[in-house]
Amino acid sequence: MGSSSSSRNKIPNAQELMHQTGFSSAHLLRLHDRFESLDRDNRGYLSPDDFEVLGGLAMNPIGGRIIEAFFSSGQDTVDFSSFVRILAHFRPTDRNRNKEGTQQELPSSRTRKLKFAFQLYDLDRDGKISREELLQVLRAMLGLQVTEEQLQSIAERAIQEADLDKDDAISFDEFKKSLEKMDIDTKMSVSFLK
Amino acid sequence: MPPFTWAVHNLLCRCLSIPISAWFTLLCLFIIVPAVLGGCFSIRSLYLRTLLKIFEWATLRMEMRAKEKNQQLYKTHTNGIIAKELPASLQQEIRGSASCLCSDHEFDMADIFYFCRRGVESIVDDEVTKRFSAQELESWNLLTRSNYNFHYINMRLTLLWGLGLLTRYGILLPLRVTLAVTGISLFLFLTTLVGFLPNAALRSYLSEKVHMMGYRMCVSSLTAIITYHNRENKPKNGGICVANHTTPIDVIILASDRCYSLVGQMHRGLLGMIQRGMVKSSPHIWFDRSEVKDRHLVAKRLSDHVADKTKQPILIFPEGTCINNTSVMMFKKGSFEIGCTIYPVAIKYDPRFGDAFWNSSKCGLVWYLLSMMSSWAIVCSVWYLPPMNREEGEDAVQFANRVKAAIAARGGLVDLIWDGGLKRAKVNNAFKEGLQKLYSKVLVGDHEDQSERMETQEKKKIQPQDNEDTVNVCYHCRVLLLKEHFT
Repeated sequence: MGSSSSSRNKIPNAQELMHQTGFSSAHLLRLHDRFESLDRDNRGYLSPDDFEVLGGLAMNPIGGRIIEAFFSSGQDTVDFSSFVRILAHFRPTDRNRNKEGTQQELPSSRTRKLKFAFQLYDLDRDGKISREELLQVLRAMLGLQVTEEQLQSIAERAIQEADLDKDDAISFDEFKKSLEKMDIDTKMSVSFLK
Repeated sequence: MPPFTWAVHNLLCRCLSIPISAWFTLLCLFIIVPAVLGGCFSIRSLYLRTLLKIFEWATLRMEMRAKEKNQQLYKTHTNGIIAKELPASLQQEIRGSASCLCSDHEFDMADIFYFCRRGVESIVDDEVTKRFSAQELESWNLLTRSNYNFHYINMRLTLLWGLGLLTRYGILLPLRVTLAVTGISLFLFLTTLVGFLPNAALRSYLSEKVHMMGYRMCVSSLTAIITYHNRENKPKNGGICVANHTTPIDVIILASDRCYSLVGQMHRGLLGMIQRGMVKSSPHIWFDRSEVKDRHLVAKRLSDHVADKTKQPILIFPEGTCINNTSVMMFKKGSFEIGCTIYPVAIKYDPRFGDAFWNSSKCGLVWYLLSMMSSWAIVCSVWYLPPMNREEGEDAVQFANRVKAAIAARGGLVDLIWDGGLKRAKVNNAFKEGLQKLYSKVLVGDHEDQSERMETQEKKKIQPQDNEDTVNVCYHCRVLLLKEHFT
């Protein structure tokens, strides 16, 4: 009697996933359990409404965008490997990774983290954050708490500071440059327990 | 031919009757009688201690084997997947340090990181979803349902597990099922009998005795080992008893100590028959499906019952749904509006011997009961808290939260503001406003430093045990949100 618990054999391509994301097998098991508990109808994949029931996400002003980040490339389902690959962005950056000589960059590297954050701003994925996209994000984060003029002025200031080639939009390199002094690692990392 | 078959038939009956009668005699002597009278504790504690020693040994062997293979054991953490550090408030995180509290913060592209991280944290591990699945254990208790380390089990452990399986399914389960069936049939028979008595005083006296007997037999049929604390605070007539809800067995556990009037919907089938039997001899409050929708009718019947001081206290579970016994969720205000004395009770199960949580989305009631009866034991502690009354100027919601906090503190459970109904429904949109308000304060509304400092002070005073989901909602927002949530 009793429900069967997850074992490494249930996770497809476990070795490959571990290699590509940097998660240990214990982490993968836990994430698989989490995936299964979110997948309440046991379909083997998640859809947007499985995420929307999470209180913390519904309460988050950019919750919708985070959910969309999981469903990139136009699909409306996400399977376990994609789930893990996205979450791998939030692992703490491994400093000593390169000694094995693997050329593959982990999702948790600084550049990849920045790319993830960039995509939260850049909704139409054209590689640039336009003024309108910036305004949309600000509106989401502030709601009705500030006036439209205040929003405009904040957006204006941000673009002026970051836009170096003066094309009225922020490209990924400009984004990276404006954050080069910031400690991305702690801000964009979720500390997974061993 | 016929005499031959007749002889064989005779022989068979005689052969079978001896073991069956022996079985029943044993049952009666060693189990039913002590069950009715209240049980023998020394054998039980010996049983529990032996089991614990075996579990520890099993986990140790698994760890050793894992070390041999140079791998990590799948350590279950009751704290979840992510390390729960002190949650930095939105202000601290975005401003960078406490020293620049006075200067205005300019919007930075990096501000989004905070929201992003919080969002991903709640995807990986949130306070609510994990309350609706069984609690994870630190050491394996030889039940397949709570094991995550199959590949570390060697021959010896498998043998032990097999032995455990045999004991549980071969000996414990049949014994318990027999006991349960005998108990329920006896109970139904006697309550119907008592219901026919004309004398009201005698009837209520006898019905109490019969009810207690029935509950005690059910308790033994599950091998529930209950420790009652603070019995002097046991609920008295003319009040409402509230408790945290983990499983339907909660009712049996509380009711085996004193009689309560139960509240609920009238069911069909076996359960309905039991309900009708119970009503014949003591005043339970069963509602028809149509009546449940009418809140005023429900409130009226409850207050009528409570006003009559000769009637037993009503037992209510304000959470409205089963939670996995690691936390207490939002209490519905209905029972707190009636205005009588509330007797809070905290129930905490020990998951090492068998998890009592009923995950209604995973299995039905019968399956659940069978898996309960095939666990080692159900061990729990019941704390009776001192009675509480609604104070001046306190509304039903605040009273409910006060009672909830007391229960959570006593039982060692986490006190959450979320609604247990989140199991099936979505979160109210109004919660989003709280975070938006805070962020806007950081960016724009910084001029009133004084009021902000006061707000953070208030926040600290009123919510000393905040958890991550609620930490950044200031006090006023929270009251506003809770009010919206309840209408």
